[in-house]
Amino acid sequence: MTESILQLNHLSFAFPDKRVLTDLNYDLKRGDFLSIVGENGVGKTTLMRLILQELKPTSGTLAFLPNRQAVPVGYVPQFRNVDTEYPLSIQDFVGLNFAKVGLPWLSGKERQRVNQILTETKLFDIRRRPLGQASGGEKQKAYLAQALLDEPSLLILDESTASLDPVAKTELLDLVKQINEQQQLTVIFVTHDIPLARHYADHYLFLSPGHYEAGNISELTNEKVGEMNNA
Amino acid sequence: MLSYPFMQNAYMAGTLIAIISGIMGVFVIARNMSFLTHTLSEIGFAGAAFGIFMGWQPLNGMLLFTTISSIGVGELGAKSSRRENSITAISALAIGLGILFLSLADSNASYATGILFGSVIGISRANVVQMMILSISVLVVVLVVYRYLKFDSFDPIGAQVRGLWTRTLSVIFLVLLAFSVSVAAQIVGSLLIFILLTLPAAAAKYFAHTVGMMISVAVGFSLVGVWLGLYLSYVTNWPVSFFIAAIEVIFYFSALVYQRIRA
Repeated sequence: MTESILQLNHLSFAFPDKRVLTDLNYDLKRGDFLSIVGENGVGKTTLMRLILQELKPTSGTLAFLPNRQAVPVGYVPQFRNVDTEYPLSIQDFVGLNFAKVGLPWLSGKERQRVNQILTETKLFDIRRRPLGQASGGEKQKAYLAQALLDEPSLLILDESTASLDPVAKTELLDLVKQINEQQQLTVIFVTHDIPLARHYADHYLFLSPGHYEAGNISELTNEKVGEMNNA
Repeated sequence: MLSYPFMQNAYMAGTLIAIISGIMGVFVIARNMSFLTHTLSEIGFAGAAFGIFMGWQPLNGMLLFTTISSIGVGELGAKSSRRENSITAISALAIGLGILFLSLADSNASYATGILFGSVIGISRANVVQMMILSISVLVVVLVVYRYLKFDSFDPIGAQVRGLWTRTLSVIFLVLLAFSVSVAAQIVGSLLIFILLTLPAAAAKYFAHTVGMMISVAVGFSLVGVWLGLYLSYVTNWPVSFFIAAIEVIFYFSALVYQRIRA
């Protein structure tokens, strides 16, 4: 039996004017690849903000196991303010995540870690390119590399593939899947692209207004999707 | 030229200003705060005028006003559209107050132009020492929070999701900026401070692709501007702020042209 790293118990959340999540229960195991799917506005982003502890549950609990410190979270958001004139190189951008009191420049060990993660994410050859001039897929890979830098045990991809072309989507998710399998990295993949979820995830959590459903990804059939969205 | 004590003081002060402005400028540009920097310099003018009115050193009045307002602006918070309008309002009030204090202080016009446009001859050795203390304080704080500041400035979303204390960081940054503005105003004058705090860093962005390199290039551009500006001002007897402004603008447009050619 694999260990749990995140448990949602009767988790509910409501904004002052809108109820978003109702009585949600889920037990996330280490090494799982969970896809959170559902239409816009059903609370996917709210759930991520709860996990990131930017919001507090209205009722119920959300618990990291054995404790919050033991589960470093890497998060790849959908949007980033990086325009074409963004000056930092991919390498320097990834290294930003070494945020602590320390020397202004990176130590030898830290540089080594940056290079290692750049190699893993297949960015090493273009590491000196300014991020502003990288393609959409390369940018997402750089965001991924930055999130992976300090070895999170939970990685959240929040619609990270939404703006990518099909080839770049596959490339990014192949990469994530590989790290997920080789290093037992737990992944939460938020998307509304059901076929993509089906291809990569082990489990799904389907949110729709007022209720939810969870299970093995193979149970996420087209009929079910139609049913949930019309319910 | 350097045998005159006032030129020695001017060169020492100018060097400090160039270094601080180059470093802070890189973060000002990354955080899109050029406009706020401009406003802080107007607030600095009001502060200096208030200082004169109270019979203090203008620099102390400046420090007081810019620090209080930078904390205030930090508290105004995130809504950038609303912030921009508030800044405009504050800036209008600041210039108004500056004019009021100057007229109440009954000081002569040359004092006022000194504050607004900067001066070379007005800097005493005591001023240099005070500026040095302020500059070193700014440098030390920047050094301590450097990695956090770098992350938050160049990737605010990443820093936020990483759980960095971004709000505290922006207040710290604004206070540092207030100090830098007050120091820089001593030579280039409060009307032109934003030149050193924005243009060298804005130009550096096109030549360097790491934060460290951007800082080096920006400090280089501002040093050249200040040193050459002081020299030309000495030779021609024209205002130093004119030369510094002209040199930095040349750097900036050369950077744009360089970028155009390479692309």
